[in-house]
Amino acid sequence: MEPEAAKLLGAGLAAIGAGLASIGVGNVFAKYLEGALRNPGAADGQQGRLFIGFAGAELLGLLAFVIAALLIFT
Amino acid sequence: MAAEQAKIDPMHQFTIEPLFGSADWELAGVNIAFTNSALWMAIAAFALWAFVVGGMKRQVVPGRWQMAVESATGFIDDMLAANVGKAGRKYVPYIFSLFMFILFANLLGLLPLGVVGLHPFTFTSHFTVTGVLAILSFSIVLIVGFARHGLHFFSLFVPHGTPWPMIPVIAPIEFISFMVRPFSLALRLFVAMMAGHVLLEVLSSFVISGINAGPVYGVLIAIPSLALMVGIVALEVLVSAIQAYVFALLTSLYINDAENLH
Repeated sequence: MEPEAAKLLGAGLAAIGAGLASIGVGNVFAKYLEGALRNPGAADGQQGRLFIGFAGAELLGLLAFVIAALLIFT
Repeated sequence: MAAEQAKIDPMHQFTIEPLFGSADWELAGVNIAFTNSALWMAIAAFALWAFVVGGMKRQVVPGRWQMAVESATGFIDDMLAANVGKAGRKYVPYIFSLFMFILFANLLGLLPLGVVGLHPFTFTSHFTVTGVLAILSFSIVLIVGFARHGLHFFSLFVPHGTPWPMIPVIAPIEFISFMVRPFSLALRLFVAMMAGHVLLEVLSSFVISGINAGPVYGVLIAIPSLALMVGIVALEVLVSAIQAYVFALLTSLYINDAENLH
């Protein structure tokens, strides 16, 4: 396989990571909403933790994007 | 191929160009020409200044503008009170400036000024800019941590209740997760902004090439892409706010580590 083709294939494979991170982000918000509907009184206090979880899950998807960009542009 | 001709480079929008001054404006070997990035930083700072000054009239019955500014400062104040506690109050100016500066930068970069020929530049889509902001936050954490706790600050790497046989395993992991913080802070903001703008550029290239390719492609490709673009722009406004919030939130959490250990 030519190195150039392998790079592009790798970049495409890195997109799987971005897709999986979207599942993670969806999971974070879904679970938060689930908990918030069970106990609406406690929901507002946990918003900070919601966004920490969101940031963690999202970062890994963004890393997949960085890998793809590195493979394509360097 | 016809598609090759109409190919639009989605990375072109991130090029830094000197507006005035040129490559030979040098100070200690570093080019100091006034670039579009610097211009938009100045615009963001000026817009933030105008926003805050407009709300500092200190009326007893606040008008709309004053309410807007006060709710923004109150929001940051609450965030620090919830995450850091009483000691967090003295960081309100820093976190507020950080949050509002990033928010204004992200939103200004999304302005549709390209219609009238001006090209907004999102300077938060550059790792150098977000990296400096992250280093600023990280150095505040280090300085405050060592100033308040001295060498006891290293107990951050050994969480409470760690069984002693586990310490050699836990401490390096905690150390790595601590040292990775500035990178993750900077990388998150920079990649989120860059990815959004690349996506918009790619979609707009679909619209343009679709229209150029004829009426059938125009209806099949250009119109759905345009509709998607409108939705993505709305999403980008949300992402701008969320990323600014996450940056401020994580900075306040790290400051909490420095103030209170854990």
